[in-house]
Amino acid sequence: MSEPLVEVRDLVKHFPITRGIIFQRQIGAVHAVDGVSFDVLRGETLGIVGETGCGKSTTARLMMRLLEPSSGTIRFDGQDISHISRRSLKPLRRQVQLIFQDPYSSLNPRRTIGSIIAEPFAIHGLEQGREQRRHAVQELMEQVGLNPEHYNRYPHEFSGGQRQRIGVARALALKPKLVVADEPVSALDVSIQAQILNLLRELQKELGLTLVLIAHDLSVVRHMCDRIAVMYLGKIVELAPNESLYARPRHPYTGALMSAVPIADPRLANSRRHQAPPGDVPSPTNPPQACRFHPRCPKAKEICSQEEPLLEPKGHGTEAACHFPLTQEEAVELTATAAR
Amino acid sequence: MAALLEIDGLTVDFATEDGVVHAVRGVSLNVNAGQMLGVVGESGSGKSVTMLTVMGLTRGPGTTIGGTAKFDGRDLLTMPGDELRRIRGNEIAMIFQDPLSSLHPFYKVGAQLIEAIQAHRNVRKGEARERSIELLRMVGIPDPAGRVDSYPHEFSGGMRQRAMIAMALANDPKVLIADEPTTALDVTVQAQILDLIARLQRELNMAVVLITHDLGVVAEHTHHIAVMYAGEAIEEAPTDVMFDSPSHPYTWGLLQSIPRLDRSRDEPLIPIPGLPPSLISPPGGCGFHPRCPYVRERHRRVHPELEPVPDHPEHRVACLLDEPTRRRLWEELKRGEVPEAARQKVGLKDSA
Repeated sequence: MSEPLVEVRDLVKHFPITRGIIFQRQIGAVHAVDGVSFDVLRGETLGIVGETGCGKSTTARLMMRLLEPSSGTIRFDGQDISHISRRSLKPLRRQVQLIFQDPYSSLNPRRTIGSIIAEPFAIHGLEQGREQRRHAVQELMEQVGLNPEHYNRYPHEFSGGQRQRIGVARALALKPKLVVADEPVSALDVSIQAQILNLLRELQKELGLTLVLIAHDLSVVRHMCDRIAVMYLGKIVELAPNESLYARPRHPYTGALMSAVPIADPRLANSRRHQAPPGDVPSPTNPPQACRFHPRCPKAKEICSQEEPLLEPKGHGTEAACHFPLTQEEAVELTATAAR
Repeated sequence: MAALLEIDGLTVDFATEDGVVHAVRGVSLNVNAGQMLGVVGESGSGKSVTMLTVMGLTRGPGTTIGGTAKFDGRDLLTMPGDELRRIRGNEIAMIFQDPLSSLHPFYKVGAQLIEAIQAHRNVRKGEARERSIELLRMVGIPDPAGRVDSYPHEFSGGMRQRAMIAMALANDPKVLIADEPTTALDVTVQAQILDLIARLQRELNMAVVLITHDLGVVAEHTHHIAVMYAGEAIEEAPTDVMFDSPSHPYTWGLLQSIPRLDRSRDEPLIPIPGLPPSLISPPGGCGFHPRCPYVRERHRRVHPELEPVPDHPEHRVACLLDEPTRRRLWEELKRGEVPEAARQKVGLKDSA
């Protein structure tokens, strides 16, 4: 087992809600991330899945220290980075890079892609000298499957998939130890998504990258990740190796998510029992007591509204935070992937 | 089965600064009563424009529309505006992708429902309000009598889409067109909304056209599927046939390029090479030929028509490869061969 590159412990991020203009009073807080702990191991792909507002993107931004945590610690490569200053963050920025969701708004339309990809070099004073920088950029372009001769073109001359490749090249420029991809394919057309997913997988293998993939799509995460964390309302409800999560989902929310994924096979799709949890995700300003899923959970009993379940081992390497985890029979009913 | 809505040879051209965009290039589709039709395609495939045009929503200077769209024997495409307005929102209703921008933020949900009812029926406001509450109950909004006086911002995304569906159903439409109704929603909410649409379709015996880019969404709920590419319908079949024996290389590509929960994780994703074509100067011959792994010289010149697959009158495909070759190719692909290997095994020579 390799040692962790990132260690996250009891991470909390509350965004204050204030009222008043001059004398701002805090009247509440959005509990975006509310006590999550996990490790990112060297060379692995960790997936974080969940629905809108579950805190997956906030978690990623905290890990990169684009946000400062309200409490809890983040250790990167052994160093505690939870509250370090902006200046001491600069070396960290070289090690951690982000791939954005929207390849249209994340590239400056007025600059050539050559200068966009070279920007990280300029910021960190690397690859000095025109020829050297150009060479480095063209090498990167080749690596992500772009034609190096297109060095002087502008972003609008590229399609969505090619733009996402530019974003990937920029993220790889500084040879980071950790790449965080926040919904890297959800803005792309279906026939293009596979190109980018394959590219990320190849690069990860080739360069031994550590990758954190944030996504809402359970099938994308399954294809890409070694381990997966499922989040709901600021908490990790299940953390498991890929095979275990899909073959033996334990948390009822994971089961519900899997039963809701559309499957491109009419027979299989209709053999599952649909169990979309009733109602909507509650507001993160005032999350439910104890287990946050209990108001929507089909298996909830009294204890679920009184005592918060902890993330505990439930066999096959899975940790789940649930008093009444799914049995294998229930998992089989809900999903198309459960071991029968 | 009688076709309720018969689209025949529909073409839509938009004049733009860069040239004429041939958004829809000869689409013929039938929407049958009491059935759900899925229209699948990527952005720019013409799936939305086809349906918007049928509703008369693309009319305007710069738009050239050809072909016919017959509803109850009347051609919607040439119908005068005020006559069409009586049908739109009444006999044919539509719901859109983003429920927040489709609802007016200043007016209560109830007021907007009442407006939709009174636009087509001569009823008193009180009566229309009763009907609104009943509609909200039908689409599964809890406490409809209280919620009728809420503003759209007080609803969650899923509830807004339910309210949009209620509005569409206000006048018991015969046809409901749903344009990517769940794309803006989370997966658990998506499942709720799709189940709702499917249930209402059965209960009210409506015809539903479900436009989507997601093959998974159509697999579960539709009876019939049309796949669109570059402004044309390239394959059409009953849902189970489409997934059992798809016949068009583009459909194969779509099925093999999406990560799926029902497949082994180790099966590689096979991307469709290249990009969807520009519709200002669409490729000659078969529209898919620049991206097709099985292209022959002839395919660059000859335009394939949507023709029935032998022995399957309901399954139609627009592909110039002959039927036995297609069947053998799909067998190889299903066995896990990549397109290149499948082509060689079947003995198609490389003409590229």
